[in-house]
Amino acid sequence: MKLKLNKTTRKNFATYGVVILAYVLLQVMKGSLSSSLKGMLVPICAYVVMAISLNLTVGILGELSLGHAGFMSVGAFTGVTAAIALQNVIPAAPLRLAVGLAVGAAFAGIAGFLIGIPVLRLNGDYLAIVTLAFGEIIKSIFNNLYVGIDKNGMQFSLLSDKTNLAEGGKLIIEGPMGIGGIQKISTFTAGFILVMITLIIVFNLVNSRAGRAIMAIRDNHIAAESIGLHVTHYKMMAFVTSAALAGAAGTLFAMNYSTIMANKFDFNTSILVLVFVVLGGQGNMLGSIVAAAALTVLPEMLRTFADYRMLVYAIVLILVMLTTNNATLRSWFSRFSLKNREKEAA
Amino acid sequence: MATRQKTKLVPIPSKSLVPERDVDKRPILECINLGISFGGLKAVEGFDLTIGRTEIAGLIGPNGAGKTTVFNLLTKVYQPTMGTVLLDGMDTHDMTTAQVNRNGIARTFQNIRLFQNLTVEENVKVAMDAHMKYNMWSGIFRMPGYWKEEKIAHERALELLSIFHMEDLANAQAGSLPYGAQRRLEIVRALATNPSLLLLDEPAAGMNPSETAELMENIRKIRDTFQIAILLIEHDMNLVMNICEGIAVLNFGRIIAKGTPDDIQANPAVIEAYLGKKKEA
Repeated sequence: MKLKLNKTTRKNFATYGVVILAYVLLQVMKGSLSSSLKGMLVPICAYVVMAISLNLTVGILGELSLGHAGFMSVGAFTGVTAAIALQNVIPAAPLRLAVGLAVGAAFAGIAGFLIGIPVLRLNGDYLAIVTLAFGEIIKSIFNNLYVGIDKNGMQFSLLSDKTNLAEGGKLIIEGPMGIGGIQKISTFTAGFILVMITLIIVFNLVNSRAGRAIMAIRDNHIAAESIGLHVTHYKMMAFVTSAALAGAAGTLFAMNYSTIMANKFDFNTSILVLVFVVLGGQGNMLGSIVAAAALTVLPEMLRTFADYRMLVYAIVLILVMLTTNNATLRSWFSRFSLKNREKEAA
Repeated sequence: MATRQKTKLVPIPSKSLVPERDVDKRPILECINLGISFGGLKAVEGFDLTIGRTEIAGLIGPNGAGKTTVFNLLTKVYQPTMGTVLLDGMDTHDMTTAQVNRNGIARTFQNIRLFQNLTVEENVKVAMDAHMKYNMWSGIFRMPGYWKEEKIAHERALELLSIFHMEDLANAQAGSLPYGAQRRLEIVRALATNPSLLLLDEPAAGMNPSETAELMENIRKIRDTFQIAILLIEHDMNLVMNICEGIAVLNFGRIIAKGTPDDIQANPAVIEAYLGKKKEA
């Protein structure tokens, strides 16, 4: 018993350790980083959180979601709106960012709950297709949403700007133009803290009765019902947690740019995050983190290839997939890992 | 080989038979005219069965007789189209599979359904979920409730695993266990839900004679320790005749005989169902 518990815990602590080490190293090297790389630190953190949260749905709950960028979008728009609206109330930027992240997570969680009601009745391919549709619906909504603020409070309108703001009012979300004039208050430290919080939430959730139940439902939902588990309840718990974390990632991401548009969070972004999860290994959080960081930096590194950048990116992706699935290479790698050696001996 | 237990079955007010010791208590399960039809096919019909609180009962019959369908009706995997199931006096009509389990029926499956990627211990602990109280937040923030209940669950899981001497396998992945051990783990998982009626669907399938003998001992041990009723489907007649106190025989979805092992072995309808009719010369 002791041994196994330590093994899971050891793996989790290794993940925390890698993240902390990466943060410290990057802080030390900050001076020598190129400016383009420096600008990517916050997006990397946001994508890492996205990858971990999607891994909760795909790896732990075992349901393929193709609309994860939708929740990121909800988080980005609501979180930034809250931060802008509270600009005068909360002058301290870090606190305003924290409130924005919380608001973004809360709204994305609510969206996750509402979408989860119809979606979680489905499974497999059907669930994947419906999440894809909801991702697009969310994109369309934000493309047509106008939100303004004046002394009378918040004003909302759809399709065209009918907000009729009073004197001194300000339009925050301008439909397809998105949100402009955002104060860039996201910092690498904030991103690091969010990654750590996400890891703690996901690891502790997975290693509790809820996580066991969620994984049991993934493995065999008929047996899960037969031992008295409320399947919908646990599926919803995983889905909403995943959506809320994606929402926080969205706020963090958006607060790093001066403008943010709904089209940024389209199907391609959902697929990109899914690639991080699949490449890093389903259910493997450290893998997700490494894959998200590497694949976010990679296009930047490939700038020397100019026009062929995306081609090289695709080839690198294919090569990584091939090598990680190669039996010979795998056994070669496993020589360096104590855990695998134990497994072979058994 | 274990000696045959002589049990006297006596009629109770509902005109069914239960072991003498369970007579004055409410039966744990009462099926009244239970049935289901898929389209025009009546898979099970007119199924009447009463099981005493500490009875070991057997449900036998040729392949395709509808035995597993009866289990699926009792656990609400299928919604019955006819009849009533009273579980400890409660009508299960509006219950879901999960609610039936929480009210006392646990089962195993003919084709093993373990949580393959979880460890043996996790398979058992997840079955205790209904009896755990700490919520998602105390799980995430590791509050005292989490530590307390997880410790209790861990100890109880090892205790239940020790019935089948499986404590040493607690950390093994369930999917990697040998076949016999997987069957035993399913029984332990079912027991972990703290049932009052345990349904075993072919528990001895794929076991060798010595494993089967051990299983028989363990089924009796489970009944004696937990004081629960057990209903089992089995093709191994040696096992059924040795440990079951009451037996029901199903053929083409209908009960053709009920009684003690001795009654059943002598029943011409049962012999006909299994071996066919004697040709009239």
